[in-house]
Amino acid sequence: MAETHRPPEQFTLRLRRYNPESGQAPYWEEHQIELEPHRSVLEGILQAKAVTDGSIGIRCSCRAAICGSCGVKINGEPGLACHTHLDHAKNSSPDGTITVEPMGNMPVIKDLIVDMDAVHWKKVKRVTPWLIGKQPVPEREYIVDRESMVDVTQSMACIQCGACVSDCLAMEVDPLFIGPAALAKSYRFVGDPRDDARHDRLEDLSQDPHGIYDCTHCFKCVEACPKDVNPMGQIMRLRRIAGADEHIVDQNNGHRHEEAITTLVRDKGLLHEAELVPRSYGGNSWFGKFHPAAGKELASSWKIAALGLLRGKMSPKVAIFGEKIPKADRDAVQRIYDRVEGKPQRYELNLYITGVDEEPEAVGAAPEGSVNS
Amino acid sequence: MPEHDVLIIGAGLAGQRAALAAAQAKASVAIISKVHPVRSHSVAAAGGINAAINVADDWRSHAYDTAKGSDYLGDQDAIEVMCSEAPKEVMHLEHIGVTFHRNDRGEMDLRAFGGASMKRTAYVADITGQAILHVLYEQLMKHGEQLDRYEEWFVTSLLQGEDGACCGAIARDVRSGKMEVFHAKSVILACGGAGQVYRPTTNALIVTGDGIAQAYRLGAPLMDMEMVQYHPTTLVENGLLITEGARGEGAILLNSEGERFMERYAPNKLELASRDVVSRAEQTEILEGRGVGAGKDGIYLDITKVPRKRTLEALREIVNIGKDFAGVDITREPIMIRPGQHYIMGGVKTDVDGATPIEGLYAAGEVACVSVHGGNRLGANSLLDTLIFGRRAGEHAALRGASMAMPKSSASAQLNDDVAKIDAIVAREKTGGPATHPRPRRVSEIKQELGDTMNQYVAVYREEAGLGKAREVVSRLREEAKSAYIDDKGTVFNQDVLGAIELGYMLDCAEAIVLGAIERKESRGAQFRTDYPDRDDATWMKHITITSGEDGPKVGYSPVTITQWQPEERKY
Repeated sequence: MAETHRPPEQFTLRLRRYNPESGQAPYWEEHQIELEPHRSVLEGILQAKAVTDGSIGIRCSCRAAICGSCGVKINGEPGLACHTHLDHAKNSSPDGTITVEPMGNMPVIKDLIVDMDAVHWKKVKRVTPWLIGKQPVPEREYIVDRESMVDVTQSMACIQCGACVSDCLAMEVDPLFIGPAALAKSYRFVGDPRDDARHDRLEDLSQDPHGIYDCTHCFKCVEACPKDVNPMGQIMRLRRIAGADEHIVDQNNGHRHEEAITTLVRDKGLLHEAELVPRSYGGNSWFGKFHPAAGKELASSWKIAALGLLRGKMSPKVAIFGEKIPKADRDAVQRIYDRVEGKPQRYELNLYITGVDEEPEAVGAAPEGSVNS
Repeated sequence: MPEHDVLIIGAGLAGQRAALAAAQAKASVAIISKVHPVRSHSVAAAGGINAAINVADDWRSHAYDTAKGSDYLGDQDAIEVMCSEAPKEVMHLEHIGVTFHRNDRGEMDLRAFGGASMKRTAYVADITGQAILHVLYEQLMKHGEQLDRYEEWFVTSLLQGEDGACCGAIARDVRSGKMEVFHAKSVILACGGAGQVYRPTTNALIVTGDGIAQAYRLGAPLMDMEMVQYHPTTLVENGLLITEGARGEGAILLNSEGERFMERYAPNKLELASRDVVSRAEQTEILEGRGVGAGKDGIYLDITKVPRKRTLEALREIVNIGKDFAGVDITREPIMIRPGQHYIMGGVKTDVDGATPIEGLYAAGEVACVSVHGGNRLGANSLLDTLIFGRRAGEHAALRGASMAMPKSSASAQLNDDVAKIDAIVAREKTGGPATHPRPRRVSEIKQELGDTMNQYVAVYREEAGLGKAREVVSRLREEAKSAYIDDKGTVFNQDVLGAIELGYMLDCAEAIVLGAIERKESRGAQFRTDYPDRDDATWMKHITITSGEDGPKVGYSPVTITQWQPEERKY
């Protein structure tokens, strides 16, 4: 049994304050609070609000990480104030002061409150966020696979807090990027066997220059999400279904680019970068580079290639023929491909299905098959 | 000045369902909420929703369980409406996209829940409320053309025409501080319960009894207010909820002697007896010295009995709550819980169409008292209540609007009044004026004292002296609230001033709860009077109503409707 009663300690909160009515720039303000160390940063802020300054602005409601109101940045990292312990926040700060500021990528209204309508909800609306049910609608429930509903529960578990939006690097560069939260929401329909618009949804999100291929794989949203929704994972699943199952070839060359990477690594054991661009544009063969679009892209990247050669990052030989690795290593890579691609079903990591930190069951524990439903 | 056929206040499950139903009936609809709709407290409902959808089940069995669970204070005509319409409503939810978990045949799976004679709780892991709320909001976005949403608007008062009918509301845009009059043919209150009257509570910070108090101030009777539910499994740590679904999946309760004590209190249903029974059993164990933990004020909930894979799949949220808020891995060790305030069965008195005795005013969900829950609500019946009566209120209000003209009322005086009241709160000084007595207190201090007092005297066990004490404290706090001060002097997102208005709402609710508890001199459902430990059907098979009057609140009675099930002794 975990020890639950620990004596209160002093903590210093450094809050980002901004009052739009004052005509003054945002500023930092420090508050001392006293609470048990495993209490949340939200409880700390609420104590400061109750005891010293009721004008501190923060949205909050449930205190239990389910309503999604209190998305903020704590020591620069996005998350829920109610879901971050004071001692953890103190330890992760360089000077022991807990810094709390509004989320990024969204305009600030007051103090820790951001305008989610202007960014987050606008993007959610972009993905046609409702079920387009298969017809005819059955009299009782739709009969669907048991695991399919558990699977979409992961994206259904999104509480729309905006933490992933706050730190999305792709959105910082391209504010029009549909973004992690809205795309995870989209998977909730694409992955739902009752939805009748799977292909149309994926076509739409693939062809949009700010759609699924705009994500840069930075994992920021995965780290930010307080509910293990794994938004980037949902985006990758959208890509896999769009490309491999729905055979959607997008105008952004996103799918061909992914195919080029996987086939190059499979064939050569390493990524052959000089081949990557032409193949991404021209299709997955050596002749791809003669495709007009590939030629154009190659021509436009001559400067980077020249710099690479000049600085010795690349030799002309490697640039043309790629890096060679021993056959044994190449075969080892090949075996990984065979193993993954040889599976009858694509293996998708879903915490609701596969659990978390699953350890081998102890001797005598119930076997897998005995788990009831 | 916005004008609509139907104005809905509150955007949780009841409000959103009402809005969709009214819009479908071609009414012009506005829905106002003091928070963004998906932040509404319905989001926290975990375990599931009851409906007799199993072909081997019958809605009459569901209705009987509900009537018995209510300790026969529920109105059986209303219970019949709710339970008979439940399967259709749940199928509707499934059709619009709720991701109900399935059994191996691909049909909706059902889990066991307290007080139910068979498995009839449909669920989405343990985030059922969230899943339904988000799907309804999807529908609100889909039908955005027909529905005007006012998100983050705070209602300060209801409008009443010269004929006494309710004809709109006055609200403040939280973002800008602008005050606006909303005219409407009908108003539906759907703004939830009053859990913040208690401390601790499982309820969110926004659950401050706004709608109950607004209706009360307009003259609507409140009913069954003494019936406040303590949930058997809330974290000792901070009062957060551990879903009844845990016990539904097989978790058990243990005292300090490692005894599964429910065997003594409810030999048949054990941990799945109704909530009032389980909470009382736990409280008795704690009072008799068999509590666990440093303060001996907890009970162990042992979820390790449930297979780990099943727990991770179906109870994931409480795995997280255990880990994040109590430092306990519930799949490996028991977690310390105790009874905690969770729900109010009482509320604004309505009929089965959600109509209150005030013309034009409807109420649905926790704010209302139909009464389907009577003395004690069964787990997984609250989501059902919000949806069935939210829909019925929306349909009925739309119908009413179709045959009438927009009421003519000048609300400018009331608007100015509300603006002036807010200005006065903002202008209050910490030191008070020379004539201010007693010394002004912070709003937060008063709120804290109120919560502690209610949790001490108006809890699982109650008696005359304690209730009298609670009445004194509440009445003193009402005086102190008149001079309570705040810090925020601004208009943009001034949450401080809204907190002062909410305190007023909470104090109205507290007054009605305490009065009801003093009045009912028997033990029934959630009301257990140690000085009147027996149920007294001869005298008290009736609802208690509280109505505001010129010289204070008036206590009245309303008969209980019995259709098929005569009261009998309750055993689980």
